[in-house]
Amino acid sequence: MEHIVIIGSGLAGYTLARELRKLDKAVPLIIITADDGRYYSKPLLSNALAQGKTADQLAGAFAPVMAEQLNAEVLAFSRVEEIDPVARSVRVAQRVIAYSKLVLALGADPVRPQLAGNAADSVLSVNDLMDYARFRERMAGARRVTILGGGLIGCEFANDLSHAGHQVDIVHPALHPLDRLLPEAAAQDLQRGLAGVGVTWHLGHTATAVNHAAAGYAVTLDDGVIIAADAVLAAIGLRPRVTLAQAAGIRAARGIQVNRLLETSAAGVYALGDCAEVAGHVLPYVMPLMAQARALAATLAGTPTEVVYPAMPVMVKTPACPVAVATVAEGLAGSWQVACGEEGVCALYQDDQQGLLGFALTGKQAGQRQALAKRLPALMP
Amino acid sequence: MKVWTCVVCGFIYDEAAGLPEEGIAPGTRWQDIPEGWACPDCGVAKADFEMVAV
Ligand SMILES: Cc1cc2nc3c(=O)[nH]c(=O)nc-3n(C[C@H](O)[C@H](O)[C@H](O)COP(=O)(O)OP(=O)(O)OC[C@H]3O[C@@H](n4cnc5c(N)ncnc54)[C@H](O)[C@@H]3O)c2cc1C
Repeated sequence: MEHIVIIGSGLAGYTLARELRKLDKAVPLIIITADDGRYYSKPLLSNALAQGKTADQLAGAFAPVMAEQLNAEVLAFSRVEEIDPVARSVRVAQRVIAYSKLVLALGADPVRPQLAGNAADSVLSVNDLMDYARFRERMAGARRVTILGGGLIGCEFANDLSHAGHQVDIVHPALHPLDRLLPEAAAQDLQRGLAGVGVTWHLGHTATAVNHAAAGYAVTLDDGVIIAADAVLAAIGLRPRVTLAQAAGIRAARGIQVNRLLETSAAGVYALGDCAEVAGHVLPYVMPLMAQARALAATLAGTPTEVVYPAMPVMVKTPACPVAVATVAEGLAGSWQVACGEEGVCALYQDDQQGLLGFALTGKQAGQRQALAKRLPALMP
Repeated sequence: MKVWTCVVCGFIYDEAAGLPEEGIAPGTRWQDIPEGWACPDCGVAKADFEMVAV
């Protein structure tokens, strides 16, 4: 009999289950997850501290409630150790669970910084609800916090931590924050905005060591500068979880490779969310996974449906200087037209016909994002 | 007039302001927004929004 197994209970796994149940109320569904299976929204983790929210306040239903709502079996604290795509089964500890369709919604691991020093292991990262609970506990006694990485997540935490009253240092190897997403003028505006709420920048440098100090930690940079910190948070990137699939012979590159039907190289095995590389795109954001979940739900319910990506601007949740960015689809050539003013930066990436291909907006200008997004070409029509 | 917030990404819909850029006029009540509407920032469906009292 047809039955579907989803591995992972993050936004990708649970959204897929919810979309599937809108189309098929009956097909047997098992969700296997290494964590506690509680529903939560990951984007809220990087602006919850200043609001005084505990992990429990951020979390939604527990696994048994999710199971009931989704008419599914939810196996919490169950790490899948092996996939057998030939026998069509997965193994969890000593138990073998068969599937007819398998969905990998495994997420991504935070990249660990390469650090010397006797406190390198104390560096925190926040990538799920349990990390957040630990992080919040550690922040209770921390005055000075050093963040490694000035990308989207690093900047969001910097803003949140300084709002919550911490003294924040950010170490970032490029000369501007979010340098991979933003043109210089927009990046500088964000940099100024965060400096304005008390964030200290260490741009053009990386941390080389973290050691215990008399009080807290000493973070050593590549130029010898030492930052005193009570806690160190790393936000230097995410790496899609591919090893489980690779060990089963399922093709992976940057992420688990799938086509626009979200099928992997193994028959009956699909992938979505942060672990997936969809027709060459690795987009670890909520909007793409929602589009994937809707398409895959239809496919699993019997109507093969390719995922379509409209333009999908990303909001950076830095109230000190809100940023909206729509990256330019690969292979599209143009140039930046940058206008700066009281209202922030409006940087438009246009082709030689003035056609809009991408944008970066800061401050009040970010409010235009929806209107401008309508003028962008679809990322994957 | 009420204010609603997206449970996934924190996006705020203020009935008084509407979302003119999305074709939703100021003063449009939540219940009058089409069911097929989704959060402009993260794409979560209308049915999965939650209300916040202001
Ligand atoms: C702090 C932060 C802020 C963010 N803010 C935004 C934002 O504002 N907007 C936006 O669009 N995106 C944002 N993102 C990105 C967004 O949150 C992610 O793209 C999304 O949550 C990924 O969901 P997922 O289900 O793919 O992965 P995850 O939520 O990581 O879920 C993976 C699941 O797989 C399970 N799992 C993994 N391996 C196994 C195994 N072997 N066996 C069983 N279970 C396993 C895990 O336990 C987990 O349940 C943010 C991310 C972070 C970290």
